[in-house]
Amino acid sequence: MRKTLLFLALPLALAACSHEEAPAQSSGDVSFEAKLQQQLLDAKPGSVIDIPAGHYHLQRGLSLRTDGVTIKGAGMDKTVLSFKGQVVGPEGLLVNANDFTIENLALEDTKGDALKINQGKNITIRGVRVEWTGGPKTTNGAYGLYPVKTQNVLVEDSVVIGASDAGIYVGQSNNIVVRRNRAEYNVAGIEIENSVNADVYENTATNNTGGILVFNMPNLSQAGHSTRVFKNKSFGNNTDNFAAKGAAVASVPRGAGVVVNSNDKVEIFDNDIADNQTANVIISSYFSTNYYNTKGVAADYNPYPKGIFIYDNRFKGGGDSPDGMKLKTLKTAVFGLTGKFPDILWDGYVDEKKLVDGLPPAEDRFCIQNGDVGVLNADGPHDYKNPSTDTKAYQCTLPKLPPVVLDPEPKA
Amino acid sequence: MKFLSHFLLLSMLLLLCACQRGMDPVAFQADGRPPKLSDWHVVEVRSGKLVLNEGVVPYDLNTPLFTDYAHKLRTVWMPKGTAAKYDPTDTFDFPVGTVISKTFYYPRTADGKFTDVARTYDSSKDFAGEGLDLAHVHLIETRILVHRESGWAAIPYVWKDDQSDAMLARTGAVIPLTLVDDKSEREDFNYVVPDESQCASCHAQDWVSRKIHPIGPKARHLNRDYHYATGDENELAHLMKVGYLTGAPAPAEAPRNANWADEHAPLDARVRAYLDINCGHCHNPKGAANTTGLTLDVSVPEDRHLGICKPPVAAGRGTGDHLFDIVPGQPEDSILPYRMNSTDPGTMMPELGRSTVHREGVALIKAWIAAQSGGCVAIH
Repeated sequence: MRKTLLFLALPLALAACSHEEAPAQSSGDVSFEAKLQQQLLDAKPGSVIDIPAGHYHLQRGLSLRTDGVTIKGAGMDKTVLSFKGQVVGPEGLLVNANDFTIENLALEDTKGDALKINQGKNITIRGVRVEWTGGPKTTNGAYGLYPVKTQNVLVEDSVVIGASDAGIYVGQSNNIVVRRNRAEYNVAGIEIENSVNADVYENTATNNTGGILVFNMPNLSQAGHSTRVFKNKSFGNNTDNFAAKGAAVASVPRGAGVVVNSNDKVEIFDNDIADNQTANVIISSYFSTNYYNTKGVAADYNPYPKGIFIYDNRFKGGGDSPDGMKLKTLKTAVFGLTGKFPDILWDGYVDEKKLVDGLPPAEDRFCIQNGDVGVLNADGPHDYKNPSTDTKAYQCTLPKLPPVVLDPEPKA
Repeated sequence: MKFLSHFLLLSMLLLLCACQRGMDPVAFQADGRPPKLSDWHVVEVRSGKLVLNEGVVPYDLNTPLFTDYAHKLRTVWMPKGTAAKYDPTDTFDFPVGTVISKTFYYPRTADGKFTDVARTYDSSKDFAGEGLDLAHVHLIETRILVHRESGWAAIPYVWKDDQSDAMLARTGAVIPLTLVDDKSEREDFNYVVPDESQCASCHAQDWVSRKIHPIGPKARHLNRDYHYATGDENELAHLMKVGYLTGAPAPAEAPRNANWADEHAPLDARVRAYLDINCGHCHNPKGAANTTGLTLDVSVPEDRHLGICKPPVAAGRGTGDHLFDIVPGQPEDSILPYRMNSTDPGTMMPELGRSTVHREGVALIKAWIAAQSGGCVAIH
């Protein structure tokens, strides 16, 4: 049985009669907060928690631990849960449950992560806005939409603004679709980390430090591979990196369109990638992050990106003002004061033990089928001493990855 | 007629038992959430004292969780004829019907307001164990953990200001208090009673099964002496003696965590006990924090799993501009003490259960990191 919990029906009715805009709630609306907490505690599988239009202030993070619950607002600009005065955190909403759907509402100014879904399968996030309203700041919460250790995940038609780490961050998960979202003024717009089988498409990432990232970090439960990044717009991601040092994305240079770090089987195609001032695409290894050390990194961690296939993208501009002294010096040395990096920048780390005739095994190579696009091998292992713009090594193809199929498909 | 006389006799016997303390027998509640703490008849207010009912056994932990300097009165009760089964590592296997209670309270300051509470480790005036003298303490909350057929349930109660009873508070509470130390230094803070769901954040140590369990009643935490009404005795031995525990070895053969504050104990043992109880319920291979690759329970080896030179995964700004969880020899460059030293909800660790900094705990962890050698060298 599908049970609808209609919540604060009266204000909804009032709003419908008298105002077009949402009724303003007083700061720290205790009765609202207690009611919502109670609804989350009482939820049963099949419960739908409707939150009517309104701007609600909450003091404490919310949590949900029941399978099969839907949380619904009246729209991402109409139902706003503001955590500006949050005294207990760390998340805005923490979910530890399966078959969870959240849609059509906004979470603003959480002290830590906005929406964290930790362990669970069949997760739908739709039409959710997460925003830190004071613009990009190191003191903003880390992650906006943050499913981690989840299976069968859909994130669509959502907006994330101002995360001090990643706006949309899917970590240690399997079978993922991230589509039609907008990520702006985050350090990382959209990040897929240590995840397997992800499709990231039709998103817009702009004004982040890095637009779309596919990363693998050490010491975690699974290594990520098989991500397709396609039909996205990633442009003008030139916001200074405002992550705290030590955060995974703190090493991302300002002005990065798409970044692959230490991940495998990544396909980047049919995207519009433009005006990202370090480079439109960066391929790098964990060595370039400065975190690699033998004591703290699992011995079986593979820091090299492998099997990267870039084709049929539309590149424009970018590469003209790389971040950091080292990259600036490199750009001037190779391309002159007024020159620019090519669209693809590779740090040049390669697993030398695996080379066959100077090239990685066929399935591990970087293959580029993208017209006359330029590539710079920055020669990171030798401190950028011997950079190369020769593109011969990338003239190959890789088998294309199959599309991700969500099973079961989320309910519309 | 015969039946009736039996019934009367039984009722009188029950009354006699209960009369010992003027309390009805402990009421195991097989389901639901009684509105008042006193409905359980585990602890109750009698003549200005919070007293324990018949069969309710108090206990303490070698190293307890830090909770904003709150003092705690912990008790366990089991139905007649039932007992918990000993386990050397995990929470004892308690029978259905077990009721565990934990009452959080503070000693009051001399002549202070009711909301002024003492920042002290001295519990000698609390009369903990035999009961609490309400003239000397400010009761905050009592959490009930009850073992039902369906599993353990956590039910929070918040004490009324007149200290007559505690009321069901499923959604928790925020209680403004002021900590006052022995030099009259004052620190305002919000004591936060977790909601039912947040109870599970710590007590569900496996985030896939999501089943909750008590944390404290494990061999390594209980292997210590307690000052019972009948005299000092090892808690494991006492539980065996009263019939609440079976299968425990002699205390010398059982594991024992150090007392974090015992300066005669090895620094390493004190720290590992501290990390175990404050962090290990989430930072274990199955817990909520298993997404981080950082494990802090007492069994983890001293390597990257414990955070040595380990880059953080999802700490966000919780890194405090530091690269690694623990940099041997460099506490000021390490993330662990940085997060312990914060009260910002987006930065602090543990993330629930405290609103103040445990200064002595931070000092302990810093001393431990300072005593390590080696540093962390990044490889390019």
